[in-house]
Amino acid sequence: MAQGIKNLLGLRDLTSDEIVEILDTARSFREVLERPIKKVPTLQGTTVVNLFFESSTRTRISFELAERRLSADVVNFAASGSSVSKGETLKDTARNIEAMKTDVVVIRHSSTGAAHFLTRFLKSPVINAGDGINEHPTQGLLDMFTMREKFGDLKDLHVCIVGDIVHSRVARSNIFGLTKLGAKVAVCGPKTLIPDYLEQFDVKVFYDIDEAIQWADVLNVLRIQLEREAGGDFPSIREYRLYWGINRLRLEKAKKSIVIMHPGPINRGVELDADVADGNTSLILDQVTNGVAVRMAVLYLTGVKTS
Amino acid sequence: MRVRSKIADAQQIARSITRLAHEIIEHNKGAANLCVIGIKTRGDFLAKRIAEKISEIEKVDIPLGTLDITLYRDDVRQKLKLPELKRTEVPFDITDRNVILVDDVLFTGRTIRSALDALIDIGRPNTIQLAVLVDRGHRELPISADYVGKNLPTAIKESVVVRLTEVDGSDEILLVEEDGTGN
Repeated sequence: MAQGIKNLLGLRDLTSDEIVEILDTARSFREVLERPIKKVPTLQGTTVVNLFFESSTRTRISFELAERRLSADVVNFAASGSSVSKGETLKDTARNIEAMKTDVVVIRHSSTGAAHFLTRFLKSPVINAGDGINEHPTQGLLDMFTMREKFGDLKDLHVCIVGDIVHSRVARSNIFGLTKLGAKVAVCGPKTLIPDYLEQFDVKVFYDIDEAIQWADVLNVLRIQLEREAGGDFPSIREYRLYWGINRLRLEKAKKSIVIMHPGPINRGVELDADVADGNTSLILDQVTNGVAVRMAVLYLTGVKTS
Repeated sequence: MRVRSKIADAQQIARSITRLAHEIIEHNKGAANLCVIGIKTRGDFLAKRIAEKISEIEKVDIPLGTLDITLYRDDVRQKLKLPELKRTEVPFDITDRNVILVDDVLFTGRTIRSALDALIDIGRPNTIQLAVLVDRGHRELPISADYVGKNLPTAIKESVVVRLTEVDGSDEILLVEEDGTGN
């Protein structure tokens, strides 16, 4: 029997067994996505609200597809054009929507802790679709699912996360999740973008990308937010590319093939060269496909109400 | 769960499977265009045995699949815990085939209702025929089996347990009395 989970706020809060349960469940849904009719009736009559206070293409569409493929009713909320612009608080917005008898809330918000905050007063299960610089648990899960499909087991797999670690909720969800399942995790990037809290975790730090490439089986390359250049975290985009950009020449120096992943959207020619992003060791589009299956699994495990 | 009586042993189950295989071949005038799909978790082992028996008699390969109907159940929300999701594996196109759907015990008919929905989502078979090892009665839906190993009239409080070597270590069919926990 599956245990189910009340909320999905972050991988930090889950046990390794719970993570494995989500990943195993996602494998069943991955099969559903290969069928001619990619829809099952499991969440019929369940209403899911997608509260997106921050722009998103991939995650929002992925959640919406996952919900629709489970036959849930879907309500989409975007902050722009809503009563938020009239000054309504997050708490009031969420409680008002729940008062219309919705069942599950998916939230993306630029403030760290927004999803946790909702659980204090909502009865519905809350799924975190990214909160500030805290976590993006479904991205972490789909990254782990994709690695598991490729390598079978995550134990002792060497995963290096490259780029802007300090501002990245994807990096944090990867670190929490991967270490719980026994993978070896490293990060690599400019010193200004490596957080100091990493000392608490068993995470290796590389400042030299060539050393990181030698060590890694998988490079999970993060998007460099172009606006960080102005913030002074690194001198220029060009310099970032020169020192940390992933290109074919760098990868060829490693004597093995290295799997390339990226949560998107990619800045081609900045953190990742186009030929590598589209190369035969890239799993970037598999990540996107798997994302739907993983989100279906999370919705199944949180959204089905048992008596 | 208290065992009231043993309905069949390994040899009797094997005979039933042989007869079911012969009936399926007879009714379909051969094994061309047949495929066998079992419902998890005991129907899939029975399906394998039936498919092997048909192959042995007709000397042809029979495509074999398994169906997990969890996502199609109408009682997911009434269970105390969320059922564990297993995998549907039907590695061939069922469209225009004659599908033999296999389960261990036919009872309310609700599992079969779910299985029909699940099958129709993966293709449009020519026919779907139902084979079960035991029909214990008490249908709640207008569903009946085309091939029955054993008709076993039961009381509603009783339950039929099919044990198979692949999962339970031995082959037997038991009539048991429920202790209220359901099956």
